[in-house]
Amino acid sequence: MVWINAVLQGVLLGGLYALFAAGLSLMFGVMRFVNIAHGDFIVVGAYLILTFVISWGLNPIIGVALVLILMAAAGYLNQRFVLNRVLGKDILPPILVTFGLSIIVQNGLLELFSADSRKLPTGTWETSSLALTDQIAVGLLPFLMFLTAVGVIAAMQFVFYRSALGRMLRATSDDPEIVPLMGGNNARIFAIATALASLVVGIAGIWLAMKTNFDPAAGPARLLFAFEAVIIGGLGNIWGTLLGGIILGVAQTVGAQIDAGYQILAGHLVFLLLLVLRPKGLLPKVSH
Amino acid sequence: MTRLLETQGLTAHYGDFQALFGIDMTIDAGETVAIIGSNGAGKSTFLRALTGLRPTAGQSVQFDGQSIAGLPAYRIHKLGLAMVPEGRRLFPSLTVEENLLIGAAGGRKGPWSLKSIYDLFPDLVAKKHNPGTALSGGQQQMVAIGRALMSNPKLVLCDEISLGLAPKIIKDIYQAVPQIRANGTSVLVVEQDVGQALAVATRVYCFMEGRVSLTGTPASLTRSQIAQAYFGLTEEAH
Ligand SMILES: Nc1ncnc2c1ncn2[C@@H]1O[C@H](COP(=O)(O)OP(=O)(O)O)[C@@H](O)[C@H]1O
Ligand SMILES: [Mg+2]
Repeated sequence: MVWINAVLQGVLLGGLYALFAAGLSLMFGVMRFVNIAHGDFIVVGAYLILTFVISWGLNPIIGVALVLILMAAAGYLNQRFVLNRVLGKDILPPILVTFGLSIIVQNGLLELFSADSRKLPTGTWETSSLALTDQIAVGLLPFLMFLTAVGVIAAMQFVFYRSALGRMLRATSDDPEIVPLMGGNNARIFAIATALASLVVGIAGIWLAMKTNFDPAAGPARLLFAFEAVIIGGLGNIWGTLLGGIILGVAQTVGAQIDAGYQILAGHLVFLLLLVLRPKGLLPKVSH
Repeated sequence: MTRLLETQGLTAHYGDFQALFGIDMTIDAGETVAIIGSNGAGKSTFLRALTGLRPTAGQSVQFDGQSIAGLPAYRIHKLGLAMVPEGRRLFPSLTVEENLLIGAAGGRKGPWSLKSIYDLFPDLVAKKHNPGTALSGGQQQMVAIGRALMSNPKLVLCDEISLGLAPKIIKDIYQAVPQIRANGTSVLVVEQDVGQALAVATRVYCFMEGRVSLTGTPASLTRSQIAQAYFGLTEEAH
């Protein structure tokens, strides 16, 4: 029973990793662009919700809305005025710039919030659970987190494959050079893609704040989990990102069940194993 | 006749390399103009300059009564200038129908719709849910033309739409040109096949090494004039 329970907790934890990974996957899919500061932006989202709800005492719903609006707007502006300038055939400049952003963000957070580890209290959500059988129960918080991940992935899938915006994003991913011949402005399309990704980063940050302790240096590890989930699931496959998150989560909780010290290591080992066995990821890149 | 397009002394460069040395061209509404010329003459570069894919800031390019020199390509597109690029360049992640729909992303109104494109190229109907690149070469070219027409352009530029296709397919595709013109869209075709160009066009320009070497109506041009303008040789020199 403990093993079933470990797997179940891992699946739910996978929802969080899928949320970490979704924004990264979207930006890579549209712009072939890896944002090294991705994890730090997730942590920014976590500090924002903490500030709005705890420090300022705002209604949580208003706090969530503010985080999402701010993150999306910041993503749009960052892409339009900073990152678009370094996008090009050479993949090194964007990596260097976002690496720099990562350091700036971490130091900025340290300055503002100190190195103390923080967490957003969620009241009764933390202690409530849903009994699945008389021996297996899942916590309400992880359950809602998983539902959020499924909802976010489904919404991204819908936007990407069923909307005019998604059509333009896929076309831009295929051949940005001739998208202007369709009336598309690449700079604006990239900024919209980053705004969408940043919205998801905001959601991931809010769940990070509710689920675990975080501090200003927590970003790089989130980036690593996001990378692993994206690559396990298969680059360019949105549902694959959820699958990748779940596999990573299960590997970690099962590892922890063997020995508490193995949690993180088990995740990395499963990632490496899958990288060797299925370097292109578990699910194929979908074309339409 | 209203003047649709006019360039004066248009030049274009790739780095230090000059590809166009002062192209003067006019196209009136309702015309079908053909550009002929050998490989590397600068035909595609000229079309890229017109559509804004090559920079033209500060030069003289008039389209539909306004200067479009230096405008970004997506804005030129929205003014009603569409292009079927060399090599078709369909979006592989998009289905045939999605490739057509994205052509309409600029939001211009007019006679062209999915329905009228499918009427023009009935072969595409059965393939509309296939990936654009899973079609025969001729059908891919139809999608590329349809995608350009979906923007309801005033002028459509077609870059070597017959390249690599069988003669029967080329005939099918060129049969669309009169219908395109009947819908009020003027046409500029780039062709290496001189016979095809003379058959379809009301006026022909021949490019050689980045310059216009000959221009006139098909009826007014002799074979030896064209050969000289095309290859830079006199017929005796063959
Ligand atoms: N991207 C490019 N970079 C450098 N030179 C180019 C490029 N594209 C074309 N050229 C050069 O410009 C000249 C005109 O090319 P192009 O316009 O493609 O000719 P055409 O379409 O008539 O065959 C050629 O000499 C070609 O080598
Ligand atoms: Mg060419």
